[in-house]
Amino acid sequence: MVNLKINGIPVSVPEGSTILQAAKLANVRIPTLCYLKDVQCVGACRLCLVEATGARGLVAACVYPVTEGMEVRTNTPRVRKSRKTTIELILSTHKKKCLSCVRSMNCELQKLALEYNAEEDRFGTDHDLKPIDDLSASVVRDNSKCIMCTRCVAACEHQTIGAIGPKNRGYAKVIGSPYDVSLAFTPCVNCGQCVVACPVGALYEKSAVADVWGAIVDPEKEVVFFTAPSVRATLGEAFGLPAGTNVEGKMVTAIKQLGNVKCFNMDITADLTIMEEATELLNRLQTGKPTPMFTSCCPGWVKFAEHYYPEFLPNISTCKSPQEMFSAVLKTYYCEKHGIDPKNLYVVSVIPCTAKKFEISRDELGHYTDAALTTRELAKMIKEAGIDFANLNDSEFDTPFGKASGAGAIFGATGGVMEAALRTAAMKLGGKGAPIEFKEVRGTQGVKEAEYTVGKTTVKVAVASGLGNARKVLEAIKSGEKDYTFVEIMACPGGCINGGGQPYVHDEVRNNIDLKAVRAKALYDYDKESKVRCSHDTPAVEVLYKEYFGEPNSHKSHELLHTTYAKRDKY
Amino acid sequence: MAQNVFEGTEKQMSELMACIDENRGEPGALMPVLHAAQDIYGYLPAEVQTVIAEELNVPLAEVYGVATFYSQFSLNPKGKHKISICLGTACYVKGSDKILEAVEHELRIKCGECTPDKKFSIESCRCVGACGLAPVMIIDGEVYGKLSPDDVKGILDKYVKD
Repeated sequence: MVNLKINGIPVSVPEGSTILQAAKLANVRIPTLCYLKDVQCVGACRLCLVEATGARGLVAACVYPVTEGMEVRTNTPRVRKSRKTTIELILSTHKKKCLSCVRSMNCELQKLALEYNAEEDRFGTDHDLKPIDDLSASVVRDNSKCIMCTRCVAACEHQTIGAIGPKNRGYAKVIGSPYDVSLAFTPCVNCGQCVVACPVGALYEKSAVADVWGAIVDPEKEVVFFTAPSVRATLGEAFGLPAGTNVEGKMVTAIKQLGNVKCFNMDITADLTIMEEATELLNRLQTGKPTPMFTSCCPGWVKFAEHYYPEFLPNISTCKSPQEMFSAVLKTYYCEKHGIDPKNLYVVSVIPCTAKKFEISRDELGHYTDAALTTRELAKMIKEAGIDFANLNDSEFDTPFGKASGAGAIFGATGGVMEAALRTAAMKLGGKGAPIEFKEVRGTQGVKEAEYTVGKTTVKVAVASGLGNARKVLEAIKSGEKDYTFVEIMACPGGCINGGGQPYVHDEVRNNIDLKAVRAKALYDYDKESKVRCSHDTPAVEVLYKEYFGEPNSHKSHELLHTTYAKRDKY
Repeated sequence: MAQNVFEGTEKQMSELMACIDENRGEPGALMPVLHAAQDIYGYLPAEVQTVIAEELNVPLAEVYGVATFYSQFSLNPKGKHKISICLGTACYVKGSDKILEAVEHELRIKCGECTPDKKFSIESCRCVGACGLAPVMIIDGEVYGKLSPDDVKGILDKYVKD
């Protein structure tokens, strides 16, 4: 252990720790901008500069190692002046359209500028406006607001995509894809981890808010919303509630107050996915089709496979994602049953994900979803409608797609799809009394493995979240080192609860709590309290099969609930 | 921006692949490979950057980032006649920026680019040690001094016929 003092407070930390880590233990806050835990640590932004004995000038706390007897000062006039100047220099090349910025009141740069009394025009405003890239279906980049922290680049590299990087040098430097090609034409998988990594308003989702408001006031349209499993666990954060608060009831009330709309529960088609996917898996095992089978709910992972691992496309379950299953069910079964012309039904999915925005544009999925809103966009609409979210009463989802199983809810966390599938597969293979909880596949680790034997069948499973981890699993399968029956992959680290469409969380929070675990807990608690915990026991799903699809993997379900994949170029 | 068609040969590609094989798996392999590629092709065509990205298993964005960071790497081919315009202090105060503008206007390309017929490329340089002749332009080693923008067309015409 190394002993040092931070602002006079004694603290002991393991050897090799940085000043920033030591300061955290001493409860001393050091501002950061380019540093992001698990993603980037490069000491580039110079906001975390501190005085330390033995060092010649000010040092970057995020990378500077502690030494025995070191005395660190984090708030001297020299340090404060340095930070203030750094912020003012950043502001001199920043498009300061703060009032209308997506990140206003939630911007890390704005917050620091306030804290350090920075003058916004001390060095004038020295920048040319750069073109906005909004050709991608998911992510918009406004480089005039970029502050070159490169957190987005690190997040993209962390996902082993590397669709973006710094280009040129000095004043000409910008972040983007090679040559002046739009992100839309790169191997970007639309996961949006760059968006949640960005401290300012340089990256945001392609908004569907205006379209949805338009549909709500259109007298021709009947508008239905459905919300993805993880949205209930994160929406509250946008209204100041602690991370991991389940706000399902308030969320439903708020959506219904947006206008004359219905609000359904996407967990139902998570359950439907399980019925289709578990059946497909058992069929594959019986007919000797290629294994392992991979899950297909995550559109980020699907596009990743199409670019980087086309050899595994035959192994991906042909099931559409729950979003696309729901929209297909609404535009066919629901419309037929209620005598609605599908043209007049406007289907809005609320998802934690930017990749789902790209997904709705895929031709092979039939364009059943009209708009996909991220959790952030829903929060924006609720605020715009003047709804006092925190003080809302709870409401229930509308029938007939209201009540689902706990298995559907845990889809939002890494390992959740696998556990839900195992619950149903165990029942199919083992009958009543089969196990409900499969704790080995839970948790925030990047890769999880387990082996289960039900009756005469042994199933080897793997769960990966984050595309870097997915790559490890895929390479191990390719080399023959590993052999699995069923593999769940989610593109975002921790799964949908940490998706690219989730509320912005400042680095200070992200660096200090395990957001993935806190948010996932809300879903697992929800599952534990659910009366129905298995997808095959969800009444709405039984009704769907009885009235419409017949049985899982039937001709009709293949028509509406399944899809195909195609190889995509990398360059 | 002027578009140049990639005209790499199989021999060039096999030279590049030999260099890639030599460096494959080494940390920091990108720099020596980019140097070799520039030697082989005279510049770094997009097609070549893609091959390097694929073979070294690094994102194209990283290859492009390095290629645009260092001014010695060029993304554009060099023409048959290489025009170099001095933007050093003495030439600059004597109006070499106007000379550059005139050349760019005449050839319809920007500094750093090459004409589509590969006849001319323009680059700027810093002080060639002929300040007494400022402003100075050099074409294929031949020095033209005490220029005015009006001189440019006549000088270039001599090379057009070549």
